[in-house]
Amino acid sequence: MMSEIFSVAFITGIIAATLRMSTPIILATLGEIITERSGVLNLGIEGTMLFGAAIGFLTTLSTGSLWLGVLAAALAGIALSLIMAILSVYLGLSQHVSGLGITIFASGLAMFIYRLVVGSPTVPPIIDPFSPIAIPLLSRIPILGGSFFTQYSLTYITWLLIPAVSIFLFKTRAGLRVRTIGQNPFAADTVGVNVNLTRTLCLAAGGAFFGVAGAFLTLAHQNMFLIDVIGGRGWIAIAMTIFGNWNPVMGAVGGLIFGFLDALQLRLQTLGVDLPFHIFLMIPYLITIFALISVSRKASVPAGLLKPYRREDKGG
Amino acid sequence: MISMSIVKRKPLPGWVILVIPVAAVFVTLLITAIPILFAGGNVFKAYGSLFYGALGSKFNLLETFVKASPLILTGLAVAFAFRAKFWNIGAEGQLFAGAIAATWVGIYFTWLPSFLVLPVMIIFGFFAGGLWATIPAFLKTKLKVDDVVTTLLLNYVIFHIMGALLFGPMQMPGSSWPRSASIMDAAFYPMLIARSRFHFGIIVSFVAILVIWFINSKTVFGYQSRGVGINLEAAKFGGINTGMVILKTAIISGGLAGLAGVGEVAAIHHHLMMDVSTGYGYTGIVIAMLGNLHPIGVALAAFFFSVISVGAQTMGRVAGIPTYIVGVIEGVALMTMLIFILLTEYKIRWTKS
Amino acid sequence: MQPVIEMRGVTKRFVDVIANDKVDLKLFPKEIVGLLGENGAGKTTLMNVLFGYYNLDGGKLLINGGEVTFGSPKDAINHGIAMIHQHFTLVQTQSVLENVMIGMEGSFFLNKKKAREKLLGIEKDFGLNLDPDAIVWTLSIGEQQKLEILKSLYRGAKTLIMDEPTAVLAPTETIELFETLRILVASGHSIIFISHHLQEVMDICDRVIVLRSGKRVAERKVSETSIPELASLMVGRELLERLERGEAKTGNAVLEARNLKVRNNRGIVAVDNLSFTLREGEVLGVAGVSGNGQTALSEMLFGQVKPEDGEIHISGKNIPGGSPSAIIKEGMARIPEDRIKTGLFMDLSVKENMILESHVNEPISKKGLINMKEIRSFAEKCINNFSVKTDGMDAPVKSLSGGNLQKVILARELVGKPKVVVACQPTRGLDVGAMEYVHQAMLDQKTDGAGVLLISDDLDEIFLLSDRIIVMYEGKIIGEVSTNEADRDKIGLWMSGVTS
Repeated sequence: MMSEIFSVAFITGIIAATLRMSTPIILATLGEIITERSGVLNLGIEGTMLFGAAIGFLTTLSTGSLWLGVLAAALAGIALSLIMAILSVYLGLSQHVSGLGITIFASGLAMFIYRLVVGSPTVPPIIDPFSPIAIPLLSRIPILGGSFFTQYSLTYITWLLIPAVSIFLFKTRAGLRVRTIGQNPFAADTVGVNVNLTRTLCLAAGGAFFGVAGAFLTLAHQNMFLIDVIGGRGWIAIAMTIFGNWNPVMGAVGGLIFGFLDALQLRLQTLGVDLPFHIFLMIPYLITIFALISVSRKASVPAGLLKPYRREDKGG
Repeated sequence: MISMSIVKRKPLPGWVILVIPVAAVFVTLLITAIPILFAGGNVFKAYGSLFYGALGSKFNLLETFVKASPLILTGLAVAFAFRAKFWNIGAEGQLFAGAIAATWVGIYFTWLPSFLVLPVMIIFGFFAGGLWATIPAFLKTKLKVDDVVTTLLLNYVIFHIMGALLFGPMQMPGSSWPRSASIMDAAFYPMLIARSRFHFGIIVSFVAILVIWFINSKTVFGYQSRGVGINLEAAKFGGINTGMVILKTAIISGGLAGLAGVGEVAAIHHHLMMDVSTGYGYTGIVIAMLGNLHPIGVALAAFFFSVISVGAQTMGRVAGIPTYIVGVIEGVALMTMLIFILLTEYKIRWTKS
Repeated sequence: MQPVIEMRGVTKRFVDVIANDKVDLKLFPKEIVGLLGENGAGKTTLMNVLFGYYNLDGGKLLINGGEVTFGSPKDAINHGIAMIHQHFTLVQTQSVLENVMIGMEGSFFLNKKKAREKLLGIEKDFGLNLDPDAIVWTLSIGEQQKLEILKSLYRGAKTLIMDEPTAVLAPTETIELFETLRILVASGHSIIFISHHLQEVMDICDRVIVLRSGKRVAERKVSETSIPELASLMVGRELLERLERGEAKTGNAVLEARNLKVRNNRGIVAVDNLSFTLREGEVLGVAGVSGNGQTALSEMLFGQVKPEDGEIHISGKNIPGGSPSAIIKEGMARIPEDRIKTGLFMDLSVKENMILESHVNEPISKKGLINMKEIRSFAEKCINNFSVKTDGMDAPVKSLSGGNLQKVILARELVGKPKVVVACQPTRGLDVGAMEYVHQAMLDQKTDGAGVLLISDDLDEIFLLSDRIIVMYEGKIIGEVSTNEADRDKIGLWMSGVTS
């Protein structure tokens, strides 16, 4: 069996699966980083992902178009984030509780709509999912080319989004404003930057990322919608945001680690390695907690995180 | 353009806080009428069947109490923690811990005199939940790790521990499903009303309400834990050992959730299985907020959600509304309550410019 | 001449306070106008209205003779008005350049090269030198203020509003700031200078407008007024407070600090090898520009922070560091610097705040159970002895005024007749009436035989109350003198780190 584990096929298989499994985590983490950089913690992430997964799936199921499903999932994520914006930005309610409210609401609504549309058939409906695309030439690179460059288009897009979000945050006008708002909203307001509007836009962008991350699971990773399809990946993304010190590249590294463990666990299981697979499923969460412990000491939390911004508050 | 601003209002009279949850419930049911209409239901018929299903007969009412019992306990658990600003989102996991411990006692402690089985099971269940909650409390106070994230993640950890146990040492011999053997008869919560499931655990949850009310309002610890919640720095300044207060708060909070787990095993399922909880821990968050973190409020809110979740079954049958409407109602109720609490302190002003 | 800015009958209301009541103000080109008033007189609010941060509820705003309405600070900036707030609006984790650029970035992608050239040009023109790449938190307070000024100039501001700019500065830095202001005025800028420091207003301003309780009570040319006149206009009474300090009748040492050392959360030494002895029956004043380790010192004395090195002795007994309860047990009365953040549970009632330090003691509680009857009688005693103005002991403490909040703390701390009192900035943010009350309370404690340590960055307060003065500079005691022999100028030099 050891020879099987160290075979080329196994290793390339793991790499391919790692990239695939990390896609939704990285996508959601990027969304959460944008949101938190502007000073809003969106705990609605888990429910928003489930909602995106459901809406994306149902759209594809009824239209037959995968990309329409992705688009619908993004819009669904944006819609939920706008509710989050009303609650936590404009009304200034606790970000913790508002976010949990969104998650509970969106999870309920996702399953409600799913049942409403498909009823309760004995066999859940399936769609024809995304298939991996081999990039010409690159995928021909011996040994590793195939695993790196035969992926879903959403995975490629995610990889492009990592530098894109970095450039956005650190090299653009809008990014500077987002970072300033996250650190010191008052400073941004006094130079004429609209704090609440910017936060809302960041939430919306994050929501689109969450929605698509969820849809990846029902349109690419699997071909059906299951109630526990997200399985805590949203919470992992929250943790990866902290782990990555609010930096897109580091957050993506965290997502990769998670994807690797997820992939390894599945592979070993299919190889018939007799391991209690629940122990394996637990490891990513444990590692995340240990990562949080080691990071917590140097964490550079955006100073404005969790603090609603209201202008009329100041007297004097 | 119209712009919105939020301004402090003059303090409202004290009775307002009693009216708020009722108003929030009313508004919630108005909002959730929208998805019911979408589902092609008649709103009055749907809600009618919902309340009939939960309250319409003696049996239904008793079922509602049965369902309320774990909700009261997880609601109290969350409320007690939130009051000290220990953001315990982990009642679900602490419930699992309590259920695992109770099952363990219920299956293996056959050597105990039978009158001791229930007390031992309750104590083990309480401390299993409590100890599980001390992990995030310790991480929060000693290592400054965010408790919201850790309590959430730990829910998944204990869920998988439970899975490993149910596929491993605790699996019922001969079964291929993840379930344990049944607990011994002495470990069953006694049924208190004939031809119903009105069980001893309901009494446990009522006692818990009184105990938490007593701790909150009559003890030094209640004062300290509220102080820690309101202003950690001032509490420290006043000589309160804040780390210890948070730790004790976590034990009590997790313990209450653990008791919910004990009840589900000892009164309902009589064995352990993966879906021993149907999200009671998360609903507890909504209940705690709707109950304004007050034990009596929690009791009423728990009863309300029990009505919703028991009644939703009937509504599903009669009006054809998917039972997942329960989650929608919970989410909307939480958000509505948040907004209503805000409106007691602030008012929204629209200005045209 | 046309005023650059004119405010006519400006009114601003908050929930149930009128912060500004029909205030008129004119600012002419190349002029520095002082806006003078006590805490809470409405100076900052008025300027926040001018800055577009608050909407006005009545009155008019004219810029160069034309009426304008500002919906947000952006409108004010577009009209060449910039405000430098008392609490700087800087992002600590970003560079000087990024802080300057924000809101004025221009193109979609940040063009730092162009921005840097523009910034360096402004730095040269006005003699304000800062490294554009320095991260803000590495800058001193004085440098951060320069950055704020640069930020305004970068936006092309012609009018600068400065809210209490000298409050955080050492005397030498103040002199430097005034030079900068003179350069600005010479190059055509106008400045509104908010302060309650009369001498500074006399030094730098051309004209003074005095606010009291939200109303404009007077306007004077600096050349035609005097400090006593401005003082009485500001306070609304003939004279400033006159307290009888009384002689110190010193006895045994009640509080000793021995070689205390601590670092702040950035790892920089905040208090370094600091020792002093406080005796019964005296007030020992700790002077210094804020940010020189006073807060860290108070936090060690209060038990909030454990000293890295050194000992604290109360009545000869060595007290373990970092334990508020150990300090409370020895009977130290502690008036913290930030009463709202550290001293009070704002969401709890007056009575629940009164028992913060005594709730573990009998008879307030017994065997872990609290005794409501005892709490009520204790709270009543506190409220009566210190004449706290409240709707009763059950009222939430947040419904009290600032002065009464401080009285709640005084009552709680002083009702048990302490042997040692440590007060950190006890009158910060209070109006004159409350200030006098606090001052009298400190002196009463001394008369009753307690030792009082007064940490304050208000030098007037130090001189008014102290029998002995020590000056802190960069975490160390730079000098000590008996008040009767003290010379203000020399203490000012000490505060700037100059000994000789």
